[in-house]
Amino acid sequence: MSGADASLDRRLRLQSGPAGRYEAMFEIRAFEDRVQAMFFEGTVHGTTHTCQGQEAVSVGIAAAARPTDTVTCTYRGHGHALALGMPPVTVLAEIMGRRAGSVGGVGGSMHLCDTSVGLLPTFAIVGAGIPVAAGAALTAQVRGTDDAAIAIFGDGATNIGAFHEGLNLAAIWKLPAVFVCENNQYGEYSAIHLTTPIENIADRAASYGIPGHVVDGQDVDVVASAVGEALERARAGGGPTLLEMKTYRYAGHSRADTAPYRPEGEFDRWYERDPINTYRSRLIEEGEVTAEEAGEIEARVARRVADAEATASADDPATVDDMFRHIYAP
Amino acid sequence: MRKMRMNQAIATALADEMRSNPDVVMFGEDIAVAEGPFKTSAGLLKEFGPSRVRDTPISEMGFLGAAVGAASTGLRPVVEIMFIEFIGVALDQLVTEAAKFHYLSRGTVSVPLTVRGSIGAGLGFGCQHSQTLESWMYSTPGIKLAVASGAHNAYGLLRAAIRDDNPVVFLEPRARYAKREPVPTGEDAIIPLGRAATVREGSDVTLVALGAMVPAALQAAEEAPWSAEVIDLQTLVPYDKETLARSVSKTGRLVTVEENPLTGGWGGEITSFVTSELFGDLQAPPVRIACPDIHVPYGRELEQRYLPGPDYIAQQVGSLLDTGTRPAHWWETREVVA
Repeated sequence: MSGADASLDRRLRLQSGPAGRYEAMFEIRAFEDRVQAMFFEGTVHGTTHTCQGQEAVSVGIAAAARPTDTVTCTYRGHGHALALGMPPVTVLAEIMGRRAGSVGGVGGSMHLCDTSVGLLPTFAIVGAGIPVAAGAALTAQVRGTDDAAIAIFGDGATNIGAFHEGLNLAAIWKLPAVFVCENNQYGEYSAIHLTTPIENIADRAASYGIPGHVVDGQDVDVVASAVGEALERARAGGGPTLLEMKTYRYAGHSRADTAPYRPEGEFDRWYERDPINTYRSRLIEEGEVTAEEAGEIEARVARRVADAEATASADDPATVDDMFRHIYAP
Repeated sequence: MRKMRMNQAIATALADEMRSNPDVVMFGEDIAVAEGPFKTSAGLLKEFGPSRVRDTPISEMGFLGAAVGAASTGLRPVVEIMFIEFIGVALDQLVTEAAKFHYLSRGTVSVPLTVRGSIGAGLGFGCQHSQTLESWMYSTPGIKLAVASGAHNAYGLLRAAIRDDNPVVFLEPRARYAKREPVPTGEDAIIPLGRAATVREGSDVTLVALGAMVPAALQAAEEAPWSAEVIDLQTLVPYDKETLARSVSKTGRLVTVEENPLTGGWGGEITSFVTSELFGDLQAPPVRIACPDIHVPYGRELEQRYLPGPDYIAQQVGSLLDTGTRPAHWWETREVVA
């Protein structure tokens, strides 16, 4: 199976039901835990931004979107890339600078890409993907398809000009776009309430005359249905929507940040509503999966992540020739 | 051959490219209903309609970013930056996003985007609306950069820029918009990017110019007693090393004529290339004619003093040929003011 086919296949399996959603979230957690450990062990060079705690947002979006929709997302993008369909080995190899990585190992942790599932190169500049998603939505509108574009960005991006310019443009042109803010409570090292004068970022939609909704970002089903509704509205010509996912970043901003600025007890309060634990309990309670089946999923994911690490570790690093490739399109 | 003003040549190139490819769309500030502040999009809204020709809010980061997104997903957008200075608020989208998408997608994403901007001094617009700013962009791998010198090549270069699968910055000297020239049109008139034009043959010295400095250099050459070859670079990234080398190895002398502050100007790169590659062929030190490292002044006389004009170019080149040494820049001989 080619890389693109593997990604699409994984994406379709995600859309098979609650067990698929659980597996996808658990995979992101296992993957990110391992990535964080590898950076702390020093086996990987550079920096990384992990997304533990925010898995329901990634998986909810991917469950609602089509592979032909375009997605722009940030440098905290491993979870989105995995949920959209990229195989763990492709993401991990990229993080490790190996040739099997999604862009051949020249991008690194912040630069993943897989157009077979709609993911443009992920953005390492805060807010930059927002107007770009508006432009992808413009392509759908000009060509008369019913595809849409989704911009995924953090709370910190909502104070940068690109956010306001992108939403305004999408609103006046009624572009088929969904703007998803992952409000994980921190913009880099600073709590959002220190940098933003309002409680709900979703309120900013009013400035552009578009719908804005606060969404429980800890519940994958709630995320999927909110994104699904916004996409439906976009595809039908109703224009863009701003969705604010209330969620929480378990890790610090990046590898170097242990988040000592977090108030006592804050992590524990959010962890009580951990998106993976709560979903697992609910699925078992509702009879969607048995505890045994959940355990099988977890074991399968653990093997997959371990295999990905073994394969990526054995792969060749990007070469000097690779540095010179794709600077210009032919 | 039809005579056109440069703004008409640009509007004609846009229309021809939009007719030939439905993926070409255009947007920018005041370009649709008002047909552009410099009338470079006259007739386009009427012919192609509001889906393909759009006015934007005053938000360069927003609409340049949207152009990057549209280009990455199949359209071929042309955006207008009314005055090139306005790209300052949107530079991220050009140099950090568009320039790197092809690389960061292992070649799966291309960004066939054309960014048009008006440049240059001479019209009394003051120092925030009179710069050329090639130097902000020419050292960013991943983007190409072309500069029209008049109606005659604006048409052909712009069509090539729109057809290119990379982000291309296409700069238009404002002082040339109203100048009428015969303009070749049609497919055969498309000028491939990366090719310089030898606009005048000569044997004593090679004058390399760009944009509005091309007609200035040409006028200087035509009125001078010496024989100058005048090269219009047309494309700065990538620049035509072959044509340059052929000319300088013939004339043995290089003079660049630049409408930009001396420090960091493109002429430094050209001079470096020629000096390193053709050192043995040079009969005199390369000379750069450029602007002083100051802001573009406002008043008519000061602005004309700031810009290298034909008389000044002739005087500098004449001095080089007479003495074999680099003549002083005009501002170097001034008394220092406190």
